[in-house]
Amino acid sequence: MYRYDEFDHEFVQARVAQFRDQIERRLAGDITEDQFRPLRLMNGVYLQLHAYMLRVAIPYGTLSSRQLRMLAHIARTYDRGYGHFTTRQNIQFHWPALSDIPAALADLASAEMHALQTSGNCIRNISADHFAGAAADEAADPRPYAEILRQWSSVHPEFTYLPRKFKIAFTGSERDRAAIQTYDIGLHLKKDAAGELGFAVWVGGGQGRTPILAKKIRDFLPQQHLLSYITAIIRVYNLSGRRDNKWKARIKILVHETGAEEFARQVEAEWEALKDSELKLPQADIDAINAYFAPPSLPERPEGDEAVRLARLDSKSFADWLNQNVTTHRHPDYAAVTISLKNIGETPGDISDSQMDAVADIAEKYAFDEARVSHEQNLVLPHVARADLKTVYDALVEIGLATANIDLISDIIACPGLDYCTLANARSIPVAQQIATRFASLERQRDIGELKLNISGCINACGHHHVGHIGILGVEKKGAELYQVTLGGSADENASIGDIIGRGFGPDEIVDAIETIVETYLAIRSDAGERFIDAYRRLGPAPFKEALYAGEAKAA
Amino acid sequence: MKILTANRLTDGECLWYARGGWAETIDDAEIAADKEAEARLEDIGKAAFAANFVLDVAMVDIELVDGVIRPTRLRERIRAAGPTVRNDLGKQARSLAA
Ligand code: HEM
Ligand code: SF4
Repeated sequence: MYRYDEFDHEFVQARVAQFRDQIERRLAGDITEDQFRPLRLMNGVYLQLHAYMLRVAIPYGTLSSRQLRMLAHIARTYDRGYGHFTTRQNIQFHWPALSDIPAALADLASAEMHALQTSGNCIRNISADHFAGAAADEAADPRPYAEILRQWSSVHPEFTYLPRKFKIAFTGSERDRAAIQTYDIGLHLKKDAAGELGFAVWVGGGQGRTPILAKKIRDFLPQQHLLSYITAIIRVYNLSGRRDNKWKARIKILVHETGAEEFARQVEAEWEALKDSELKLPQADIDAINAYFAPPSLPERPEGDEAVRLARLDSKSFADWLNQNVTTHRHPDYAAVTISLKNIGETPGDISDSQMDAVADIAEKYAFDEARVSHEQNLVLPHVARADLKTVYDALVEIGLATANIDLISDIIACPGLDYCTLANARSIPVAQQIATRFASLERQRDIGELKLNISGCINACGHHHVGHIGILGVEKKGAELYQVTLGGSADENASIGDIIGRGFGPDEIVDAIETIVETYLAIRSDAGERFIDAYRRLGPAPFKEALYAGEAKAA
Repeated sequence: MKILTANRLTDGECLWYARGGWAETIDDAEIAADKEAEARLEDIGKAAFAANFVLDVAMVDIELVDGVIRPTRLRERIRAAGPTVRNDLGKQARSLAA
């Protein structure tokens, strides 16, 4: 794992001291809210409905046990005993007092954590595949490159006042688990025919009120050119991106209006001047960062096969969890475990302080001291010996985190919505809870198969509704909540934006509507192997529209 | 009918203007029934913002239901009570404990 060097330590400490001073001056009334607001946002502090909110960065979603315990400590000491993991692999605390935030940030800094670049028009915390370094299908671990970009972009003066926020994501596999096509820049680490590492570069994706998928502007960028090429992209954006209209300021609008080909041409022209400059990465630097991410040495544990076989026979619930929450590892004696934070009827992505502590203990004992946050708002233990899976499962059962529902309909992504968020039009969490409860039966969920259901409480799309197989968007109509449904979205390597299916549904209709959609799919799928998204792509919206609205048309 | 609300600077707590001061619950909020009273409350809000006591100052629409203040928008009802998914948090938790 990456460890802070002396510079990082000093930098983060200095930032805590600076922000402490700014908060003190704000509380003393020496600076106004208008002066303070941009400063607090640069340090991850928002005001929500009930209180302030502190968003803590989790670079590329990677946490050590010590860091996870620190998050538990923050939840316990400065908040209400829980945290909320977000679709950008960060964590939010929903109740801190402004006056406590300097102490919280100082504590976080002691565990090499901070809230920098979790807000504001800068390069935001960079995300990556949550199975990075563990996935069997990966060309290489993309996190060292994410870390190189992080070091280079942190408070980079040229990129601190961009036209709008800027989000970058990495994957190291063909199978995209990091939703890179929904990002301002998505980078796919891969090998060329000669075995050299480089990136496919995707630009101009984004969600919000204008969802657009990124365009691939380069199929292979040799790794040493990472910084120069990204700089070229952001320079073109910084120069030509719109600053007159917040809703047109993201790079997706620039790429869309300029055209991907012309945009790529401008980037290449800019890059010509930069590519042999000091931004070219020396192999020694890449190697040095790579060394921080060296995988743990994984001892042979061949007894795992037999242990898993026996435990599977012994316990149906363990077998279910194994089928649903355990993923193939590049090492045959190991597995990656996903810990669902989607217990039926609870808030997606929420976790208590004691659960965080317990997961940290499990990670320390059985997973080489490492945990990950996934953009689906779950936790991951990337390296667990198969021989230890049953022990890990039992420990998760103890703390109520053994729900076997990964990628199923109850593994819902949901933003905080109107229960917490000032920008919300409708609640997200209760809708997620009710849908999960309706489909609580694991047998039924498994019969339905892979189904990504995503919910946002307003058009900002923090809950990724545009790219859910089923997306739900909360709007406000005549003072009441209304839920609009989109179908056919996807955030993987075959990304697509969902289509709005028709008129919206009230809070007491939405769960039935979702059930109607699911039952329609079950009735029309070609066989049990055809996933919801595949059936939708084959048949289009018509059967679903018919099932949802036909009665109305006839009545009208 | 409107009332005046804001969040306290130090901790973000929701406040309503009531009986000459700021209260942590909505129940006794001062109700403006006409333009003049609204203007007076707006001025009070502006002054409290300028004095760095509160932020996110707003006038919100309400109705009286059996003599009890009920904001028209769900958003304001949630601010007054707490998250609907966590009855143990926010103002609602305090009134339960009391
Ligand atoms: C105080 C709470 C929050 C505020 C004020 C907020 C605000 C926003 C805004 C204004 C946008 C639209 C940006 C644009 O289209 O240019 C946005 C997008 C987004 N937010 Fe949030 N958000 C909040 C919480 C969250 C949470 C909890 C998550 C994760 C669950 C999240 C993840 C995202 C993502 C993934 C996007 C869409 C990606 C994109 O930028 O295109 N945000 N947010
Ligand atoms: S989608 Fe809207 S309601 Fe949900 S967290 Fe984002 S800004 Fe808030």
